[in-house]
Amino acid sequence: MAGVPSSKTTTRLKIKRSNPAAGGAESYSEFDVDTEAWTTVLDAILAAKNYGDHSVGVRYSCRQATCGSCGMMINGKPRLACFTKISELDGGTVTVEPMKNFPIVRDLVVGFDRLFRSHHRIKPYIISDEADIEEGVRENRQTPEELEKYIQFAGCIKCGLCNSACPTMATDSQFAGPQSLAQVYRYVADTRDKGKDERLKIIDDSHGIWRCHYAGSCSKVCPKGVDPAMGIQLLKGHMLGFR
Amino acid sequence: MRESTIIRIHYATALASVAFVALHVMIRVTQGFADSLEFENVVANYQFLPYAGILEVILVLLSIHGFNGLRVVLLEIRQGRMYERGVTVACIVMMVAVIAYGSRTIFAMNMGAF
Ligand code: SF4
Repeated sequence: MAGVPSSKTTTRLKIKRSNPAAGGAESYSEFDVDTEAWTTVLDAILAAKNYGDHSVGVRYSCRQATCGSCGMMINGKPRLACFTKISELDGGTVTVEPMKNFPIVRDLVVGFDRLFRSHHRIKPYIISDEADIEEGVRENRQTPEELEKYIQFAGCIKCGLCNSACPTMATDSQFAGPQSLAQVYRYVADTRDKGKDERLKIIDDSHGIWRCHYAGSCSKVCPKGVDPAMGIQLLKGHMLGFR
Repeated sequence: MRESTIIRIHYATALASVAFVALHVMIRVTQGFADSLEFENVVANYQFLPYAGILEVILVLLSIHGFNGLRVVLLEIRQGRMYERGVTVACIVMMVAVIAYGSRTIFAMNMGAF
């Protein structure tokens, strides 16, 4: 009987550990984890947690890049742990750290209060008196071209990777952030929505849209193919009256 | 003032500055660079009203643009209501002071102070 080829290797996993509530000393825990070609970073972290140290703090849920829970710095870049295969990464050691620009809760778990507050502030829902569905009346219809204008932005899963990559987020603690700004564009570009003026007013302050310097790093890291940098520039066009 | 209005002014002063500085450079090119900073030439430039006007416009445009740029940089470094207000007021005061001091020089020279 022919042997079944295996891609099994051992990967060294370095996990940054800290617990600000208990003093905040930082360290790295190292684990050697058996990995296959399809093993994701999340799988490796869970293996380390199951068989090495149960106390490793990590947040995850869907394991399929839908819930946006497992964002972290993987070898220095913001990525989703469930959506990053170890075999895609360079080198034998994988280093995982909590996302930058977020407060650390413990180990790899960060607080999302600021992101959710910014997202909530921009009214992330259709504002329209005609939005209610009445008996016998058809829902608002859109042409494929109208849908095309905003559909990529509707794919945002609020994982926060874009905010983690943003250089302005690193220095301006009140900056709205690429995630919520891209969502403003998502609703402004939606023909069913009538809340454009309201939303543009919200982001037109000294820590709003104009603090984006178009570094573009948000768009590079988005796991869902959203282009927040483009949305923000298109939004600027709306605000300057070009659209 | 809304931030979008400030940004419009910021962009407009940048574009206008490019145009006026280009005009200024073109005038200097036609006059010969080497003698530009000779005292008599400097005084003569200020006393030639259209050119003195260009210098005054450049002074105003760059002061507005530059100090707003400084304000934006400072607002990104630190946050807080008092700090923000302080930075805004300080930048406006510095802008007015630079324009006043520069204008005083241009007007005094133009009116034959030297
Ligand atoms: S825009 Fe992309 S990177 Fe940013 S929160 Fe949404 S899905 Fe995540």
